[in-house]
Amino acid sequence: MAAKNIKSVFQQLPKIENKLRGMSEILLANLVMIGEIPAPTFREERRVQFILDRFNEAGLTECSTDEAGNGIGVLPGSDDDQSILLCAHSDTVFNEKVDHTMQVNTDSITGTGVADNSLGTAILATIPYILEELEIKLKSNLVLLAGVKTLGRGDLHGIRFFLENNKFNIQSAICLEGVELGRLSYSSIGMLRGEITCKVPEAYDWSRFGDASAILTLNEVINKINDIRLPKRPRTSIVMGSIEGGTSFDTIALESTLGFEVRSESQKVVDEIGERIEEIGIEVSSKMGDHVNVDIFARRSPGGIEFSHPLTRCARSILNELGLEPRLAPSISELSALIDKKIPALTLGLSTGDHLHEKNETIKIDPLYKGITQIIGTLLAIDGGYCD
Amino acid sequence: MQSTEDTVIDIQKWIDSNTYHHSQFWDLKQLVEEKEKKGLTISLCLPTLNEEKTIGKEVILFRSELVNRYPLLDEIAVIDSGSDDNTLEVARNFGADTYLASDILPDLEPKRGKGENLWKAIYQLKGDIIVYVDADISNIHPRFVYGLVAPLIFREEVKYVKAFYDRPLAFSGNVRASGGGRVTEILVRPLFSLFFPELTSIIQPLSGEYAVRREVLEQIYFPIGYGVETSHLIDVHHKFGLEAFAQTDLDKRVHENKPTQALGKMAFGILQTFIKRAKALDIFDKAEHETILRQFQVQKEQYRQLEMEIIEDERPPMIEIDEYRKKFKKPLKKKK
Repeated sequence: MAAKNIKSVFQQLPKIENKLRGMSEILLANLVMIGEIPAPTFREERRVQFILDRFNEAGLTECSTDEAGNGIGVLPGSDDDQSILLCAHSDTVFNEKVDHTMQVNTDSITGTGVADNSLGTAILATIPYILEELEIKLKSNLVLLAGVKTLGRGDLHGIRFFLENNKFNIQSAICLEGVELGRLSYSSIGMLRGEITCKVPEAYDWSRFGDASAILTLNEVINKINDIRLPKRPRTSIVMGSIEGGTSFDTIALESTLGFEVRSESQKVVDEIGERIEEIGIEVSSKMGDHVNVDIFARRSPGGIEFSHPLTRCARSILNELGLEPRLAPSISELSALIDKKIPALTLGLSTGDHLHEKNETIKIDPLYKGITQIIGTLLAIDGGYCD
Repeated sequence: MQSTEDTVIDIQKWIDSNTYHHSQFWDLKQLVEEKEKKGLTISLCLPTLNEEKTIGKEVILFRSELVNRYPLLDEIAVIDSGSDDNTLEVARNFGADTYLASDILPDLEPKRGKGENLWKAIYQLKGDIIVYVDADISNIHPRFVYGLVAPLIFREEVKYVKAFYDRPLAFSGNVRASGGGRVTEILVRPLFSLFFPELTSIIQPLSGEYAVRREVLEQIYFPIGYGVETSHLIDVHHKFGLEAFAQTDLDKRVHENKPTQALGKMAFGILQTFIKRAKALDIFDKAEHETILRQFQVQKEQYRQLEMEIIEDERPPMIEIDEYRKKFKKPLKKKK
């Protein structure tokens, strides 16, 4: 099944979708089995091993982990020169203690991390079987990467290591995300991510009755961050995503932590806000007499390909052909690492879902077939040279 | 009659040679080749009653892994007791053969219970081996099937393979107690210790997962309720001996925990079945000779039986003691 032009890719889409529907068992079984292996960031080994076992069983001659712990499999192409990278992050936001049981319902699958990103990794693990079933032989090598240490403090360590050290001549890349079908990310925005920790000294001075608490100190920090004026253009936002602190109703909180992210279309704005937040830390610390630490541990630069780039155009036309409305959104995930390396890349969503990052995270089964069809179509288009 | 010492040696020998861990059978390709070489067919029976939440996953996993990828199973059948929910629809949707127990052998007087479904599976399903797996397991995995059928495929003398679940979540020392659930440890193990010491070598006699050869299934009784597993063990042991059994550690099994009252019902059902089988085999007198309770412990990954001599000695009524009667000036009443 080779594509002569982009039109011939379009023509193949219905047949591909139909065949994929006949592969539901292996697709869903892989999703269930992968989803039930906990894989918090920095602890992805077991999940990666499962994916490698799948690659092995599919007869991939080259598959192994690299020094960073990424799982890598290669489907050699007929023309050895170029490679396409298909990647999915294997880590999830849930720790090992959370129940990872997947529940298969008639039209959906529910379980922690099923959408972000067990589905992406499951499709990655199934790709060799899918291509075999569809009798697709690509000209380019297809490099399959189950990335590790991606989220949170992982800060894209896995994919960065791979991009720095791999021997493949990667021409383009597709990142797989479980949701949302129609998602099309081709650019990265500027971002910085950090944690602010406030600590009250253990030797608490009772003469300061009422005003000493790590929570009050953090509250002061939050108020000051809230006062930062954000420009309307370039578009900018500060997300205060998580907060922790204290132990009980009647004990003074000795420690509190805020997790935050700054996002902007402009690198300059991101940097300025980063500096301002660091200043706020020092300012509040000296005013309240408590220890305030601002730890910025992840940064992304804005960039990416143009909306009119042939790769974006191809992906959009394939989505349209499948009757789906492209939902354009910038990304700060693996796409950023690819953009930093000047590799044309897209992030695509695979199905619809809800309750993201909750324990009842759910993906719908039926839209998934269109989602995978879109990936195969895009691969065929890249391989045919219609996206250069 | 065998001495207790002989029994113990036999039991330990049997445990060492007939107890497996599912990881020993990870090579499914080899397993399928061996199955085909022996010309065996294998059917999976999933007995259900209102299991719509878990049945879909079981069917998907077994079909994908053990039918499509490695053709270990020749059929997957759900036999239902008459669920009120969508169990059968979900199972059918994901590709299982579905049957209502009452539609199989419809001329027989209908009975309702899990044992009925297991029994009717022998008639409905085609396999030389039938593997039964409960439908309420939330951490279902292909090992629940291949771990049980593998000893039957590799060893002709093995006829009945039982599951046990024994991977503790946290464990610090090097010796730990091992065994079954509450009903097993409080009821079944003491009963077996008294009447069928050899059967105490089965670590979890009540587990609902087992694989059995048709030639055995067609010759044993099937209580339709809670007693079916206990009855099987007694009958198979009586007809074929301990050598016909094997057991496989399937690691952890996650399912709903039952409240004590439900366990009471279960124990009552098991006790009825036990008495029925024990009477049929005329073994009640034997209890007087046995004073050893057999439990399990694991030491360095080796299963060892733990024996405890528990002698329930007794004293006569105080009135029969001379000193007592003298002290309290009570005469001994003559027996009439």
